[in-house]
Amino acid sequence: MERVPVLKIGDMLLVSIQVDMEDQTALNLQEDLADKIVATGCRGVIIDISALDIVDSFVGRMLATIAGISKVLDAETVVVGMRPAVAITLVELGLSLPGIRTALNVELGMALLARARFEAEGGGDAGEDDETVAAAS
Amino acid sequence: MNAEPQRLTVASDQDVVRVRQLVRTVAVAVKLSLVDQTKLVTAASELARNTLVYGGGGTVEVDRVDNGRRAGIRIAFVDSGPGIADVNLALTDGYTTGGGLGLGLSGARRLVDEFDIDTEPGRGTSITVTKWCR
Repeated sequence: MERVPVLKIGDMLLVSIQVDMEDQTALNLQEDLADKIVATGCRGVIIDISALDIVDSFVGRMLATIAGISKVLDAETVVVGMRPAVAITLVELGLSLPGIRTALNVELGMALLARARFEAEGGGDAGEDDETVAAAS
Repeated sequence: MNAEPQRLTVASDQDVVRVRQLVRTVAVAVKLSLVDQTKLVTAASELARNTLVYGGGGTVEVDRVDNGRRAGIRIAFVDSGPGIADVNLALTDGYTTGGGLGLGLSGARRLVDEFDIDTEPGRGTSITVTKWCR
């Protein structure tokens, strides 16, 4: 059974799905990610789906489930890199992925997580910039 | 004009992946647009999973078609599982008996140009979808 690697980069976990996943592979990823969040204490998860040429309802549900699991484990999930044709198809399929944060690419996803953390930690009012927050965390 | 139809057995998760790959290959060959390829492969993935999960496995046949004006692809998903008692209910968004999102059948219908379903309790289910080039 193939497994999708979960990489720790700084205080974030990066998952880049590069294969056409069997359903079981998607289910394994949910478990691996939950374990890794707890083991590392990471507060952010980026799931890169730029290599996926389709997202069907099963994978869509997996993304929503991962976002939900992360949330209760005190981590934020951002799905990045969705192809335009996939977005069009997903919406027509009836899946608009409510509750899932998205960004166009990994870089923007990391910026989104950093900003979310900054706001969650009550930053902003002291006029700190992002670098100060990154250094403090 | 028409190549031989290609048939796959659907008996495992892996076979659902194979269905997606075959449909993608044929969709490229008949020159569907990228968005239409994506829609058709997504619909095929939903329906092949239904064949596996609800139908207990079955077959998928992928065929190139031509109506004289346009080329297209026809895909038939056939199982001899329990069948569907209430097709209208099964085609309702959000209705599921399998713990999923209930979007597979209804969503797949929206993603194709033609959608025919032939089912009867105890006799199995046969779903045929067609996507035409624009």
